[in-house]
Amino acid sequence: MLTQQYGLIGVFALIAFLFPIVTLGFTWLIRPKRPNPIKQSTYECGIETVGDAWVQFRAQYYLFALIFVVFDLEAIFLFPFAVAFNKIGWFALFEAILFVLMLFVGLIYAWKKDALEWQ
Amino acid sequence: MDLRALGESFIAWLEGLGIPHGWVLLINWILGALIILGIALLLALALIWLERKLAGRIQDRLGPNRVGPFGLIQPIADALKLLTKEDITPANADRITYNLAPIIAVFHVLMLFVVIPFADKVVGANINVGILYLMAFGSLGTMGMLMAGWASRNKYALLGGFRVVAQLMSYEIPIALVMMIPVLLVGSMNLNEIARGQGSLLGLGWNVWIMPAAFILYLVAALAEGERAPFDLLEAESEIVAGYNIEYSAMKFAWFYLAFFLNTWILSAIATTLFLGGWQGPFVDKMPALGVVYFFAKTLFMFFVFAWIRATFPRLRIDQMMAFCWKVLVPMALTLLLGAAIIVKLGTQLSLPTGTVPILMLVMNVVVLLATLSLLGRYTRTLRARQNKRLFTPELPRL
Repeated sequence: MLTQQYGLIGVFALIAFLFPIVTLGFTWLIRPKRPNPIKQSTYECGIETVGDAWVQFRAQYYLFALIFVVFDLEAIFLFPFAVAFNKIGWFALFEAILFVLMLFVGLIYAWKKDALEWQ
Repeated sequence: MDLRALGESFIAWLEGLGIPHGWVLLINWILGALIILGIALLLALALIWLERKLAGRIQDRLGPNRVGPFGLIQPIADALKLLTKEDITPANADRITYNLAPIIAVFHVLMLFVVIPFADKVVGANINVGILYLMAFGSLGTMGMLMAGWASRNKYALLGGFRVVAQLMSYEIPIALVMMIPVLLVGSMNLNEIARGQGSLLGLGWNVWIMPAAFILYLVAALAEGERAPFDLLEAESEIVAGYNIEYSAMKFAWFYLAFFLNTWILSAIATTLFLGGWQGPFVDKMPALGVVYFFAKTLFMFFVFAWIRATFPRLRIDQMMAFCWKVLVPMALTLLLGAAIIVKLGTQLSLPTGTVPILMLVMNVVVLLATLSLLGRYTRTLRARQNKRLFTPELPRL
């Protein structure tokens, strides 16, 4: 039963991945192909671009990514717990409260450290 | 008529022809996959028309009305046009990543369709980790957009890519936390089970009545996840032209466009399944095929709400948006989750009479919602007072 369900996901993954590729290949056959340097230049309101686009980025994005990793991992860990919640008894509740409180403390720490401010 | 029985009789017919079991399964999978693909593509065309027409009407315009009756054929005309347009790859772009990005964008959104239950057990793959699957493939979309933004080698696109990371990743946290509350209540991550768990009392068992605060939180976070106004900073036309998809043209742009609309539809479908009872509705026990009608009606209603909000609200500033996620939505979602865990545990351990758990849940939700709103109100009032003070105390010239 289980392999049946995942079999469909596997077949569908193949089709869903090939479908856009096949369509792009099809348009490659029928579309006009007349590139020139002006067309292929980087779009920027008609003025020539100054400098490279791949520059250093704000450290703020990096901080958000770090906080995200922490929270998303903990959220993923909470999912199995939520499924088994009714089978474990009081222990599950204390465990959950402890876990979520740890998340809360992390959030408050990030908040106090001004990691959530957009400077 | 039962859609499930139709499929099973088809399998039986195939096996009756003397085809070995493995091949029957494979044919079944391929057929199922093609049906889901067809549904997704047809939906995309319909939704593009619907959203344009709705936005037009809301903003006192006509919307598409030239091609076909009520402009119904407009999306098909657009698709044909995009198919035959020249595809321009910028000379500076990272070609492999640039070409892979739209493919990943479409791939992730199509994959999400597999686990959505259209009616009781009418679902591509009825897996028991449905919500985890949605989370996993949902985050793949961020990847596609970031790849597009980075590979275009364009400043606007790169800024859009950064905003994708900041916004979509941040708003994934409240969504994940709030999706856990229905899971807690039902004790299963299977979307069909979650929809089935809301069947009692003619719609009164829907999670939206039990946990309105969670529903509203999901709605707000879904607006951000779906890149919709007021949270559409990653494609803010007035700031960064079109964001991550600025250098894309022809079919590659069409794939991003399709992914955007289908993503909104998927978010509406998740809202329907988790909070609005999914395929539940009157007489659905006797006629399971009615579930499809109910499911599509509710999902289209949710889509209408999203389109309505998009056509009405102005855009937020990026610092406001991030602060709103991390300082309002995340603490609120954590509080709701804790409250739900405590109430569910009390309900099972003390074996409270049935009906107490939903009522307690409702009370908890209303309290959390009111507390959040009053805190937000107080904050805005102090902010306004500070601004007014600055306005009305002009500096005296120094003598």
